[in-house]
Amino acid sequence: MARRCVMADGQAASQTILVVGGGMSGLTAAVEAAEVGRDVILVEKRPYLGGRVAQLNKYFPKLCTPACGLEINYQRVRNNPRITVLTLTEVQEIQGSEGDYTVRLRENPRFVNEKCTACGECAKACDAEVDDEFNFGLSKVKAVGNGHNMAYPNRYAMSPEFAKTPEAEKLVAVCPVGAIEPKMEAKESTLHISSIIWATGWTPYDASKIRPYGYGRIPNVTTNMRIERMANKFGPSGGKIVRDDGKEIKNVAFIQCAGSRDHNYLPFCSRICCLASMKQTTYVREQFPDAKITIYYIDLRAMDRYEAFQKKIEADQGIRWIKSKPARIDADLESRSPIVIGEDTLTGVRYADKYDLVVLATGMEPNIAASPVPASGMTYDAYGFLANATTGIVGTGCATGPQDVSGSVQASTAAALKAIQSAAKARG
Amino acid sequence: MEKKIGCYICTGCGINEALNVKTLTATVAKEQKIPLVKNHAMLCSPEGVEMIRNDMTSEGVNTFLIAACSPRVHVETFRFGTPMIERVNLREFAVWGQPDAATDKDAKEDAQALGEDLLRFGCIRVKKMNNPEPFEDPGLSKTILVVGGGYSGMTAAKGAADAGYDVVLVEKAVELGGKVAKMHRLTPANPSLPGKDGLQETGAKALCLAVETHPRIKLYKNARVKQTVGAPGLFDVTIDQAGSDTVERIGSIVVATGYNLYDPNKLGHLGYGASPDVITAWDFEQMAREGRIVRKSDGLPAKRVAFVQCAGSRDKNHLEYCSSTCCTVSMKQALYVIDQYKNEASTCVIYQEIRTPGQLEDFYRKAQNEGVVFVKGDVKQVAANSGGGVKVQVADKLLRGDESMEVDLLVLATGMTPNIDTTDPNVSSNLNLSDEERAKTVLNLDYRQGASLPSLKWGFPDSHYICFPYETRRTGIYVAGPARRPMGAASSATDAMGAALKAIQAVESISRGAAVHPRAGDLSYPSFRKEGCTQCKRCTEECPFGAINEDDKGNPQFNPTRCRRCGTCMGACPQKIISFANYSVDMIGAMIKGCEVPPAEDEKPRILVLACENDAYPALDMAGINRQKLNPYIRVIPVRCLGSVNLVWIADAMSTGYDGVMLLGCRHGDDYQCHFVRGSALAEIRLSKVAETLSRLQLDSARVRLTEINIMDVDRLPGLLDDFVKEVTALGEQPYKPF
Repeated sequence: MARRCVMADGQAASQTILVVGGGMSGLTAAVEAAEVGRDVILVEKRPYLGGRVAQLNKYFPKLCTPACGLEINYQRVRNNPRITVLTLTEVQEIQGSEGDYTVRLRENPRFVNEKCTACGECAKACDAEVDDEFNFGLSKVKAVGNGHNMAYPNRYAMSPEFAKTPEAEKLVAVCPVGAIEPKMEAKESTLHISSIIWATGWTPYDASKIRPYGYGRIPNVTTNMRIERMANKFGPSGGKIVRDDGKEIKNVAFIQCAGSRDHNYLPFCSRICCLASMKQTTYVREQFPDAKITIYYIDLRAMDRYEAFQKKIEADQGIRWIKSKPARIDADLESRSPIVIGEDTLTGVRYADKYDLVVLATGMEPNIAASPVPASGMTYDAYGFLANATTGIVGTGCATGPQDVSGSVQASTAAALKAIQSAAKARG
Repeated sequence: MEKKIGCYICTGCGINEALNVKTLTATVAKEQKIPLVKNHAMLCSPEGVEMIRNDMTSEGVNTFLIAACSPRVHVETFRFGTPMIERVNLREFAVWGQPDAATDKDAKEDAQALGEDLLRFGCIRVKKMNNPEPFEDPGLSKTILVVGGGYSGMTAAKGAADAGYDVVLVEKAVELGGKVAKMHRLTPANPSLPGKDGLQETGAKALCLAVETHPRIKLYKNARVKQTVGAPGLFDVTIDQAGSDTVERIGSIVVATGYNLYDPNKLGHLGYGASPDVITAWDFEQMAREGRIVRKSDGLPAKRVAFVQCAGSRDKNHLEYCSSTCCTVSMKQALYVIDQYKNEASTCVIYQEIRTPGQLEDFYRKAQNEGVVFVKGDVKQVAANSGGGVKVQVADKLLRGDESMEVDLLVLATGMTPNIDTTDPNVSSNLNLSDEERAKTVLNLDYRQGASLPSLKWGFPDSHYICFPYETRRTGIYVAGPARRPMGAASSATDAMGAALKAIQAVESISRGAAVHPRAGDLSYPSFRKEGCTQCKRCTEECPFGAINEDDKGNPQFNPTRCRRCGTCMGACPQKIISFANYSVDMIGAMIKGCEVPPAEDEKPRILVLACENDAYPALDMAGINRQKLNPYIRVIPVRCLGSVNLVWIADAMSTGYDGVMLLGCRHGDDYQCHFVRGSALAEIRLSKVAETLSRLQLDSARVRLTEINIMDVDRLPGLLDDFVKEVTALGEQPYKPF
């Protein structure tokens, strides 16, 4: 991307806002600040923007595609010369104080230069495949590619492991425009900026840590985010929700608070999982009109206006709602089907019910817990979420706590104002 | 400045192999009479861009026709500091979206015809395009009006003022602070932060002081907005302060009028009225604030307190939504009791579902640890005790039986209703309000479509509450806090900051003459050729944003700064008097007619596709990128919104000899996806009337169809188009084909 980069030492630079993270929160903060008229540098560690939202099949409660809102936001980015997007970029170090930060960035090699036209010839010629992170490893992808339909920028990237191989060198000749550069190296740069918005989002909680639920050990126990990819027609199974043996699905269970609201795992509530599972019952219903669906829950948390969505889902007579946190999942070896075991809190009845597929509604782990802000003086809560401080480094979205899309957009719009206030202060 | 067009055809990415570029070039130069046409093997390369830039200096080129790849890529590459640019999507539509030209000769012919038509469209567009003059007015103001001086309003006012903007804050009460100032404590915003797990001071006093003394905030207390006249940047707001009127020039508005408590008198089934000791959470808060948690009946200490959740909320007979804060408010209030009466306190929360999202789960845990008892169940009966207090019967769902408890106070956690007037989402007007009714509205807008903001549901004024939560259907007016959506103080503070940002963004955009979301930055806006107007009022009624008023004679009075530039007015106008500098009925009509339709005997039908540029067009584009084969007979013209589609285009298409017309746009109705709220819905309504026109032309109405698609219908599109082409062809010969 031939984007103007504000490498700054002049006046203009001191007003520049750095946004870290190109998911819905970061994207929103960047466009909202830029549309006020501020220069913004948006850095994203992946080769493309979109974050978790790009992986979702549909949004609750409208059951519409997230790509629609993403496209509008990409339009806003494309049309706004004030936004500089740096992909594959990570923040190494932040020094200074509100109004005057020096930030060291590292841009990891894409191994495909700016000449790339996304024509796809390299991918066609490439035999090597790697795990598809976008699809949570449910499939393999070519070692060079553009990620997915809504990848922005639409420019290919090569897996760093593959770039080291002789096969990668062979692709150099394949590319009609000379865009393949397996020897590309990381670049470091330094920016001067006035304020920083930290929007590094979340990672689905590692379900295998919830040992009693046997994820990874018991066949056909999956997670909510994997269901999003499976249900997506451009996903690994072409939109089909599938068992590992391809057998028909007649009976699906969703287990809420899989890892959340639990001192052994994530003590907080991840906020979105109730609504996400309700939404996913519609995926199941669409594909398997006669399927039985069970939701095991502690409390149903369809906050404020989402209540209407809960009512809509409750109208599906094929859904059984069981107030219970299942004790464990056993495997029925013969049928390769999981058996959910526990006690119904409302009836006191113990159950051991076999399902064709069990979906663990896993929660949100803040990315910031593993990669904190590389600056001194930051405050984090007990779970590693960033305190929404009033200094020039402002957290937003799931970097500060579990959020849904609407809440992330709300918080990120607010974060844009805080960043602008910092710039105003710096201006005096 | 004279327009000088340069057309640049890229021959890379397979364009040269698939298409005869020489003929394409001739189409532009000879047929379309644009003499400056150049080819380049890779137009997006520095050399390609350099070639164009050289022409800017040497040839004075100031209008650009880039025939290369999709307009969704390389926007920054082909940025020449002017909106006078048009992209012709040869690569995605005529190359990648077509069969391999090397192996399929017929396909090559079809692709060539497609490429030529796309270029014709582009040429006509740039020829008809004028440089939009941004709207300017010396009277534009950047002052932000905040209505409501509660927690949200004060936060918004301070937020905008701290960013360097002048703020006018109007509060109806004699003092600032709203409900939060009357609260005892607040629930912690994030109880998982070190040292922040307990009840928090409201901070209202400090916030009031900061607002009162802020040099950029002009305060009207004991005041209300009497009338709002005009448009963003140019609002003249009459403020009535204790009977005396002042007019302020305002740029944009944040409405932060908060919430009302649900009327407890409607909650007799939960015991309200049965005893003075059945009270609302609000009344309880006041007691706690005074430090006297006592029975109302006899003033004795109230040590045993039960809290009933969802009192009026989540109830189809009352408020259907969840009021979002009641669970944590009751926990907070139970902690007041424990704080006052220590070991003697006995508190119980009777609930349906405990809703403590995110880190608030720690606050729930704290309440449990401090001894608050939680009972999942329904209140079955409430009766006054002869000795004071009340007896409550609860059907306990966990213990599976009825339970009777005697408490000193039964506190109903009543829900919240938005304290703002709205118009029904399905009715475009509340014009018929009496002056008295108008005076009661929060803003009393002088909009032809009504004095209030339109609501989406349940009286909450918004339009896209997932993706773009601040967008109302009135440009430059944003709603924050519980007037927008049920929320507590912490969330309201964030919300207010966000709304203040949007308000700032609106005044800054308007000062540049630019549109706000979703066509942010667009400098064009419609002009009205008034002498042609027949006062039919379609434009004034249909504008999704109420941008157009009417004078006494019914003439449209357009307000550029209210406009979102969707073109719905242009689509509505039967007289074709509404145009943008770079988008008009005439321009699109000419493009439609510019297609070279083959004679019937060639058996090559032509289908016009008018595609919403936000969703349908990207879907078509992605189909091309994915090398799905797009029917070669379709001719795509992107439109700003289906709302901008004027029916005359259908007639234009038919008289030109197209076999059919397909409108591709967003889902409408409930859960609409139209970025302009009503555009695709209006297109559907208009289309229902097109049959008449078609029958006059002796054409089957099946030749015109509106199909709802979303941006991810990439896989479905090619089949959809093929089917339509087949169906239309089956209708027989289109009689208006050229010979």
